[in-house]
Amino acid sequence: MNVDEIEISVQTDWPRALHGVLRGAGVAHVSYVPDAGHTRLINLCAADPSIVTNVLTTEEEGIAIATGAWLGGTRSAILMQSSGVGNCINMLSLPVIARVPLLILVTMRGEWAEFNPWQNPMGRATQASLEAIGVTVLRADNARDLIDNVEQATTMAYDGDQQIAVLIGQRLLGRKQW
Amino acid sequence: MNILDRREAVARLLADRGNALVVTGLGSPTYDVHAAGDHDGNYYLWGAMGGAALVGFGVAQAQPGRRVLVVTGDGEQLMALGGLATIAAASPTNLDIVVLDNERYGETGMQISHTGLGIDIAAVAAALGFADSRVVTNDDHLTQLIADHAAPATGPRLAVVKIRAENLPRSMPPRDAVFIKNRFRANLGLTPN
Repeated sequence: MNVDEIEISVQTDWPRALHGVLRGAGVAHVSYVPDAGHTRLINLCAADPSIVTNVLTTEEEGIAIATGAWLGGTRSAILMQSSGVGNCINMLSLPVIARVPLLILVTMRGEWAEFNPWQNPMGRATQASLEAIGVTVLRADNARDLIDNVEQATTMAYDGDQQIAVLIGQRLLGRKQW
Repeated sequence: MNILDRREAVARLLADRGNALVVTGLGSPTYDVHAAGDHDGNYYLWGAMGGAALVGFGVAQAQPGRRVLVVTGDGEQLMALGGLATIAAASPTNLDIVVLDNERYGETGMQISHTGLGIDIAAVAAALGFADSRVVTNDDHLTQLIADHAAPATGPRLAVVKIRAENLPRSMPPRDAVFIKNRFRANLGLTPN
């Protein structure tokens, strides 16, 4: 996508814009545990021959795999829901202590129009948990901020050896239909 | 029946490693691989329990032309049985996992592990569709494993190597994960940021 196309898709289709940002940053490897909010981005990555995708049984696997990918010279990103962040904490020791670039895109639950209260505890703990283990957290509640945050996070991560999570606010994702 | 010496077994597995890259699981497998001879193509884990095979898998996907050998322990691999499913689903043809199995948590006081209670990691790998899955209990088995590892694989391979339950003197690689990372990447021609 060129700059104009990205601008249009930011407004109408942020997952497509995110896919363009990841591609533009040279991300060639994406691992995920599915989430409804990530559905379109997962599908775009899976259909992209320049990106290897892995479905995980649990989110911490993605942390280890992304670290291995970087050791082998590949930029990797991880997609997960906020509930999965809690599964990752000890495994995050690895990229934090090895200063390995890490980019996690987290779709939030348990914070806005949440029908299922079981999502709320981990939703509340997501940012604090990530920061406690040493991951930098950015947050976006609109599409423009999301694209800006992810775009700059690719620089800080892959060019600056930082571990970064971008939280995608539940309000941006919309109400889940039950 | 656990008769193999872990240091001898690992030394033999690595003797003709060629250009293979090696990832080790925390605790004794890290010491065993280091004792066999430090190498720029080794990435040693000192933590991140459950991560060894998956780090190796990530390396394997990034370096499809290189064989990746993961050397880990039964307790470490038991923490990531789901990770074996993730590996099997992707089915890399350049990833071999060796689980050194003393049926104990050796680093923490030799407490019995699940494999000591009858859980068979090789059978798990077979059920998941690994291209090769076996239990190695003697020198002849080990000789055969080394010969088979030298041949191309059609998918991921896992071997459980039954070893004696004993704590040997530690052979410790650097604990600086950044240093080991940069050394590993430089060995692949990659530069630090």
